[in-house]
Amino acid sequence: MTMTEFFSLSMTAILIENFVLIKFLGICPFLGVSKKVSTAAGMGIAVTFVMAMASALTYAVNTFLLVPYELEYMQTAAFILLIAGLVQLVEMFLQKAIPALYQALGIYLPLITTNCAVLGVAILNVDNGYNFIQSVTYGTMSGVGFLLAIVIFASVRERIEFSEYPKCFEGFPIALVTAALLSMAFMGFQGMKLFG
Amino acid sequence: MARRRNLVKLFTSGIIENNPTFVQLLGMCPTLAVTTSLENAVGMGLAATAVLACSNVVVSLLRKFIPQKVRIAAYVVIIASFVTIIDLLMQAMLPALSKSLGLYIPLIVVNCIILARAESFASKNAVIPSFVDGLSMGVGFTLALCAIAIVREILGNGTLYGFKIFGEAFTPASIMVLAPGGFLTLGLIIALVQFLRQKAERKEKN
Repeated sequence: MTMTEFFSLSMTAILIENFVLIKFLGICPFLGVSKKVSTAAGMGIAVTFVMAMASALTYAVNTFLLVPYELEYMQTAAFILLIAGLVQLVEMFLQKAIPALYQALGIYLPLITTNCAVLGVAILNVDNGYNFIQSVTYGTMSGVGFLLAIVIFASVRERIEFSEYPKCFEGFPIALVTAALLSMAFMGFQGMKLFG
Repeated sequence: MARRRNLVKLFTSGIIENNPTFVQLLGMCPTLAVTTSLENAVGMGLAATAVLACSNVVVSLLRKFIPQKVRIAAYVVIIASFVTIIDLLMQAMLPALSKSLGLYIPLIVVNCIILARAESFASKNAVIPSFVDGLSMGVGFTLALCAIAIVREILGNGTLYGFKIFGEAFTPASIMVLAPGGFLTLGLIIALVQFLRQKAERKEKN
């Protein structure tokens, strides 16, 4: 992969087709874990890590196991099991190796299993026919896109806490309206055209 | 007789009081992603309903055999098998719909409504109530998707279920079928639901 390709794939994943704001993947943690910037950032980092690992592993399983034995119809089940196992491993590793980070992420770690962005990136990699390096790049950069979106969103929400709005907008509605504005801002990137 | 009444009550609770989308706020990704047209919304809603009802039945049947520690993994496998079945069925029988829903059909696996019902209802209840619960949550989800899709399709495309409903002079606001419109419509509908609920509560107090 050339540098140009790398740049274009990264920009597509982070800005032009942002996973959360344009593709609607990973909305649950985006809305659920975005009340404070610090937890939002922790969640974003954990998701990025899992997405990168999941891209690499699902690529390997798909190419060396599912395709040779013509088991493509098992894709969904195989991928979700792999991701569940991966999250469990990451959890155990962090608990032993970096207890501070493990403490900070707390209950959000196991929740990554049901984050549709992770399964989504694995399926998209296969659908787009990416090779190993492209898959890992796309997975990592989509995770970075998630991190960017959730951190911006959390910082906006922190400020909204102190402003006045109609009572019926309390909680989710105001967050969704904020997300709509943010998504509109990200749509500006769609006009960008990258080298071919 | 009393049992039947309970089942009816269970069925309506998933549609109105405990609506998975507007009240419990679960399963947001498909809710936002597929509601660009009523046709997609109905397709996604029915697919999710089928998975929900089937997986609830199987989880309920196996609830005494699944060890506590690996229950989530077991539920995920059960759900994934039904999603694969639905996915293959749709590819064979409704290829156009299957194509337009695309990625979001396999993603039914990670729809939190289904795992939530398996964990909080089907794993503790008998088969028939679990089936009714799955059906009711599924119908509630489908109706919620339809409500959002109707707003977005009319405003964003000027059509309803593919039929033109305005004359030539109508210029659709295409932002409504793009990503921001999804967030905005859902936000406003939930605000409306909360407004009505707060009003009802105030009335009760007085």
